[in-house]
Amino acid sequence: MTSFAPQFPSGTRIRVKADYPETRGPCHIRTPHYLRGQEGVVERPLGAFRNPEDLAFARPAATIPLYHVRFDQQGLWNEGQPGDTVLVELYEHWLEPAA
Amino acid sequence: MAHAPSPESVALLERFTAALAASGLVTEDQIAEQIARTDRADPRIGAAMVARAWTDADYHALMLRDGSQAAEEMGVSMAGAPPLGVLADAPGLHHLVVCTLCSCYPRAVLGYPPHWYKSAAYRARAVRDPRGVLAEWGTTLPEGTQIRVVDSTADYRWMVLPTRPAGTEGWDAARLAGLVTRDVLVGTRLPTA
Repeated sequence: MTSFAPQFPSGTRIRVKADYPETRGPCHIRTPHYLRGQEGVVERPLGAFRNPEDLAFARPAATIPLYHVRFDQQGLWNEGQPGDTVLVELYEHWLEPAA
Repeated sequence: MAHAPSPESVALLERFTAALAASGLVTEDQIAEQIARTDRADPRIGAAMVARAWTDADYHALMLRDGSQAAEEMGVSMAGAPPLGVLADAPGLHHLVVCTLCSCYPRAVLGYPPHWYKSAAYRARAVRDPRGVLAEWGTTLPEGTQIRVVDSTADYRWMVLPTRPAGTEGWDAARLAGLVTRDVLVGTRLPTA
């Protein structure tokens, strides 16, 4: 909880972890299900906020970097117009570098 | 559209607020102040911010850098409110705001969200078929415009800064603000002169 420096600079290609409370116990993961396992690009860091996984259960919550991450519409849905995108706020620990 | 709440829901609310007060988490005065603050909020605040950004380059830059500060400059108290982010449309780029998880909405500057914003249909469709949704609103984007859907999932609240419509040269901020409706600030409609 001492450093909130974001690990992923703008332009980093990331994957959203396919992470579920069912596999690791009660927590509040605010990642929309349609993004889990999907690849996107960091638009920009948005600062750092307290971890909602724990806040929702009234547990002590660390402060974690938050990002705006951009996804291609067609990659998510297999439909839509090329160039259209979705921009979503995601916490650093819900992301991993894309291979 | 508003209708009186049932006696059961009023009683439940009273028990809940009494329990909150008894726990020391929040006082009834604080709850009343928050309700009053939300009641004061209105899309005209967001509209005034957009109109000022269209006529004041420094304010435009501030709005994109720090939406909360830009709101404060218009006399809105942002104390305790989530940070406000502003999404600037540009030629070739249009933003549409949705909250697929619940109904996050920039209440400090737009007031209460409309019922459709909270509907399962809008939340499911805006993120998957934004062009279909805009077509149903009768909104036609200029040829070659890309759509960026902003799914408001975490700590920010998002408002759209549309591009200034053609035919408004020489208009002052008050007149421009009249073009900017709630729906424009969410991105389901475009302002037109």
